[in-house]
Amino acid sequence: MTGTAVDLIWIAPALALLGFVLNGTLAFVRPPPTAKTLVSIIGAGVLLAAFGVSITVFRAFADLHAEAPVVFRYWSWIPVGTLQVDFALQVDQLSTVMLLVVTGVGSLIHLFSIGYMKEDPGYARYFAYLNLFVFFMLVLVLGASFPVMFVGWEGVGLCSYLLIGFWFSVQANADAGRKAFIMNRIGDFGFMVAMFMIFWSTGSLDFDAVFTHAPGALVPGGSAITAITLLLFLGCTGKSAQIPLYTWLPDAMAGPTPVSALIHAATMVTAGVYLVARCNVLFAMAPLSSAVVAGVGALTALFAATIALKQWDIKRVLAYSTISQLGYMFLGVGTGAISAGIFHLTTHAFFKALLFLGSGSVIYAMHHAYHATHSHEDAQDMRNMGGLARYLPWTTALMWIATLAIAGIPPLSGFFSKDEILTAAFARSTANPAWLVFWAFGLAAALLTAFYMTRLMLYTFHGPNRTGEKEREHLHEAPWIMTGPLLVLGILSAAGGLLSVPALYRGSARLHHWLEPVTQPGAAMVPETPLSTTTEWMLVGVAVLVAVVGIVGAWRLLKPEELVPARSAPAERGLARILRNAWYVNEIYDALIVRPLTWFSTEVLWKRVDQRLIDGATVNGVARGARALGWANRWLQTGQVGVYVAVFVVGVLLIIWRSVG
Amino acid sequence: MLLSPALAISAVLFTLGVAGVLLRRNAIVIFMCVELMLNAVNLTFVALAQRLGMGGQIFVFFVMAVAAAEAGVGLAIILAVFRHKQSVSLQNMNLLKD
Repeated sequence: MTGTAVDLIWIAPALALLGFVLNGTLAFVRPPPTAKTLVSIIGAGVLLAAFGVSITVFRAFADLHAEAPVVFRYWSWIPVGTLQVDFALQVDQLSTVMLLVVTGVGSLIHLFSIGYMKEDPGYARYFAYLNLFVFFMLVLVLGASFPVMFVGWEGVGLCSYLLIGFWFSVQANADAGRKAFIMNRIGDFGFMVAMFMIFWSTGSLDFDAVFTHAPGALVPGGSAITAITLLLFLGCTGKSAQIPLYTWLPDAMAGPTPVSALIHAATMVTAGVYLVARCNVLFAMAPLSSAVVAGVGALTALFAATIALKQWDIKRVLAYSTISQLGYMFLGVGTGAISAGIFHLTTHAFFKALLFLGSGSVIYAMHHAYHATHSHEDAQDMRNMGGLARYLPWTTALMWIATLAIAGIPPLSGFFSKDEILTAAFARSTANPAWLVFWAFGLAAALLTAFYMTRLMLYTFHGPNRTGEKEREHLHEAPWIMTGPLLVLGILSAAGGLLSVPALYRGSARLHHWLEPVTQPGAAMVPETPLSTTTEWMLVGVAVLVAVVGIVGAWRLLKPEELVPARSAPAERGLARILRNAWYVNEIYDALIVRPLTWFSTEVLWKRVDQRLIDGATVNGVARGARALGWANRWLQTGQVGVYVAVFVVGVLLIIWRSVG
Repeated sequence: MLLSPALAISAVLFTLGVAGVLLRRNAIVIFMCVELMLNAVNLTFVALAQRLGMGGQIFVFFVMAVAAAEAGVGLAIILAVFRHKQSVSLQNMNLLKD
């Protein structure tokens, strides 16, 4: 206890949990539709209150000027021999940043949801899940040990599953939820094994103890630390949708759009980046793992960006964009530029939440237009949109801000954070040429990002309208409860870069210095590779040039006038078709893993092992053996007393013979 | 009293009793054979008492008491069975089989 407002930290997750309990109860008792106001007040109210608590805690913590994390131990959770795990929360520079992002962006998305989900019959259930998600996310970022963090880690996975399959009456949605859950389980296996190995080698699971003891207990660059970090990263690839476990995220778009914004763009999927940042000491000790993190990140950034080029579903473009941007963050943290990765995490939370909520606003308008005319067209297909700028001026303007921010146009937020990552990767290439490739991948991904985002804007908001004659007059801007959060996010996307303007522009790099107590131990182990100011300016120039080329190129090359509505659109050919089908990765996984596994489970495990071996040989075998034994001995039971006596006498004689002889 | 002849008689009586139980069918006769075996044992007790102390003679009284009680219960059962089946032959008594 510090005796300051930092002690109030427990209130933030407790409020979210309270919201879950109240809304969950309301969802169960099936209240009249008028109770929606109550649900909204509880759902969004607890989040706003939690955001208030977070700000208070942040300010109090900043006043402490603490170099070490402040840990609150509430109760002993797993006391087993030398394994002593407390339920403990930790406040430090990194967790406060995450705390503000989660509750701040979370609050805005909760407000947006009030409008977006207004007519849904599962309104209370939706807000209950959303509150539960925030609770687990706060446990994840505030947990002071691996097991507590793991509770949050699993909890957000559960909420993600529940919300992807929110409209579970459609089979595809339920399948998407299951897919996300199963792919995350594969990653969680890595997380758990890594935990076991950490406990085995350092004797503790508390962050503080592990990071203090690890440099002494493990050989830097040795096989143990490399295995631990690679397994941790396997967990990250599942949760943060990186190659090879990324395929669940595009399917996760089956959930409501605010969920995609909150969980599958702004917060949950960044948990992997947070984990690597948190364990920066461990990753700094394992250069190979760091290279793998940066390499997988760079590859994912480019790979996902290529797929985003040819998607028609507006949310799928954004989903692949998210995967790509997460790749950037991993490139940053893998390079050792922890603060740059967290910076990009923060700015990405702003502009990607804005993009998703903006697409939500578009889908809302489209859906209403089609609903009004009883049409069954796809409300998310960009081929059915076009020219929406006339009907949705606010959304258009705000989404353009986000587009320029994600493309990296100065001085918007994405420019600073993305540039910091690319510069760090380039700087590292003087020590290890592999990073030059990673940097080139990142740059190529930046070009594609600018291109596909401009394509999205062009096809959605500009050119002629393709929605339909009758539908057109029903298109209109969403209510203020939805555009309000968009406006706030727009300001944040534009100005978010001010959080940490690098020294190159005479900025104070505030976020960078704020995170130093957390990042310093890891940074001290990585050799510094300073760049000359000239080189840095050249890198900035190249990055901006690439972004401008991407935007102008898309503007020039793409012709929205030539598009036809989805219903009458011809099928793609050649490379476009491969990209449209996401390089057929789902089909490859299906053929190489899913189907052999299903075959093995059905034909071998089920029909042979379970039915024949377990059921046949053991369970029924014991019964059959007992019956055979009984059948064989049945003739002894004659019912004749004389026979019994004779057997008895023989038995007595045998006993006498044995005892005498 | 000579020990060996007494034990020999006792052994003969016991064997007769066992053989009777095994071979005869009439419940009353079997019952008598059981009594014969008990008395053979009694004879052994008494005979060995002169070597091994009075305990054996005392025990004989217990055996007699138990045998008397057993005779009472056993005869009552046989009587009940006869009333039920009009027979005391063991061949008809095989209800234990099922």
